[in-house]
Amino acid sequence: MAIVEQVRPSERGAGWLQRLSDAVRQRESLRALLLAGPGGLWLLVFFLLPITIVFAYSFARRGPYGAVDWSFTLENYVRFFDWLYIRVFLVSVWLALLTTVICLVIGYPFAFVIARSPRRWRNALLVLVLVPFWTNFLVRTYAIMLLLRADGLINNALQWLGIIERPLTMLFTPFAVVLGLVYGYLPFMILPIYASIEKFDFTLVEAAQDLGANTWHVFWNVLLPLTLPGVLAGSILVFIPSVGAFVTPDLLGGGKVVMIANLINQQFLTVRHWPFGSAISFVLMAIVLAATMLYFRLGETRRI
Amino acid sequence: MTVVPATTKTLATVRPARRRLSVGWSVLWLNVLLTFIFLYAPIVVMSIFSFNASRQMQVWMGFTLDWYVRMVHDERVRIAAQNSLVIALVCMIVSTIIGTLTALALERTRFRVKRLYEGAMYLPIIVPEIVMAIALLVFFNLCFQWLDQLFGLRLNFGLGTITIAHIAFSFPFVAVVVRARLADFDRTLEQAAQDLGANDWQTFRYVTLPLLMPGIIAGALLAFTLSIDDFVITFFNAGVGSTTLPLEIYGRVRRGITPDVNALSTVMLLASMILVLGSLALQRRRST
Repeated sequence: MAIVEQVRPSERGAGWLQRLSDAVRQRESLRALLLAGPGGLWLLVFFLLPITIVFAYSFARRGPYGAVDWSFTLENYVRFFDWLYIRVFLVSVWLALLTTVICLVIGYPFAFVIARSPRRWRNALLVLVLVPFWTNFLVRTYAIMLLLRADGLINNALQWLGIIERPLTMLFTPFAVVLGLVYGYLPFMILPIYASIEKFDFTLVEAAQDLGANTWHVFWNVLLPLTLPGVLAGSILVFIPSVGAFVTPDLLGGGKVVMIANLINQQFLTVRHWPFGSAISFVLMAIVLAATMLYFRLGETRRI
Repeated sequence: MTVVPATTKTLATVRPARRRLSVGWSVLWLNVLLTFIFLYAPIVVMSIFSFNASRQMQVWMGFTLDWYVRMVHDERVRIAAQNSLVIALVCMIVSTIIGTLTALALERTRFRVKRLYEGAMYLPIIVPEIVMAIALLVFFNLCFQWLDQLFGLRLNFGLGTITIAHIAFSFPFVAVVVRARLADFDRTLEQAAQDLGANDWQTFRYVTLPLLMPGIIAGALLAFTLSIDDFVITFFNAGVGSTTLPLEIYGRVRRGITPDVNALSTVMLLASMILVLGSLALQRRRST
């Protein structure tokens, strides 16, 4: 900082505004408070506090008329271990894992092709991936719904071709939900993998080939291990929103495929058992946290 | 993608390997093609059928603009669109300001709880939408109860609660985007300005801010898009008369699918595509 800056304040008049601006200039802590304050306050009041209240609710009892009776209990968490709810939990994790694996199987070769295509095509191809992704999620889910209906385009086409006689039931099945989730979150897998393949040094492939490795060996022993950070990042980015998905199972599962978020919705808006709904929310948070920790753990062991 | 022409700059040593892999490459390109079809078919089909003359879906009965005309005259759609725009604009302005300040705090200052602050900033991005939605529902509900009991103030869910919720999940995204811009920022430019006699405010106003602008604009557009597209958090924090476009579409889909939903969805689709392509073009022009 220039020397002029340190001389000036003393020369100036001492209006309160001036004093304040001098204080801001000289004291880093005050500057930090003014910059970090609004965001911190908003986050505290409209995010951390609400989450804390939900946490407190999860240990409360349900009062009359859906109100909350503040007496400590663990019954909401115990209740979750009923097979009815454990099943929902397992279905959610299973469908999210399936979505992640399918995204990986489609997304990795896809990202590979983009990363290896001529430089001038790459951006265009990436934009083509992103454009549908940036459109409204609800609208996209609805679009899938139209295709899968009993009188939808796929059933009509299959019947017209004489492959099937009666329409297939595709909507309101786990298949529809996974399709919707893959459709929604595939770019989350493609982008990080693309980023790590693009950084990959392809002379290593030549080196491996010179040493006699075939295509499979090159992929399995050279390319995949070195692009694993992208694979891990993509997997966590697909898994987390999938396991907590609400719109997709709601519209494409139609009440027949119930995931955790639907259960939370039901407890809050239909059954009005807020403490139990809060406990389920924290079970979902625990899954997300576990997945995130696993991600960091795997990332660390790789680095060593 | 079969054989690489000899005129390209590809190293001679790579070429034989590529030629051997040509079957593999066609499979890879097939995967790309099918994925693009998968990504585009649903929305294209939906858009086409929004021009279908038949009330019965999926049977083509000729071209019509009826559904669009009907939509334009639909009072509910007009109110929902107005609500969505008002919320998104307010959310964009407030999130951009708070997000930019937060980014500056994270990148330019040191304070004691910074690690904690930084970690907390990423929470709204990681926490599942549904959890944030019900947390805000519970919170506002409790606030309204207390305000009623303490001051006799009767507030309810509506545009206000939706906007506050949208800002809460949007501004951390703005902070991330602006921070990225700040991180690869050439600080010697600021030192040069100060050496030339600019004070802190002038340096910020005439050097830092203009250089940050592409990041701030990208963040603002992101906040706008996040707000106008949000369904889950809005769904749990809306009140009577504060229906937004996604809520309106959801309501209609739940009541039974009719072609007017296609028209409305197609318009939303087009709007967000224009927004995204516009922002990409803007970033491109600024970076060159």
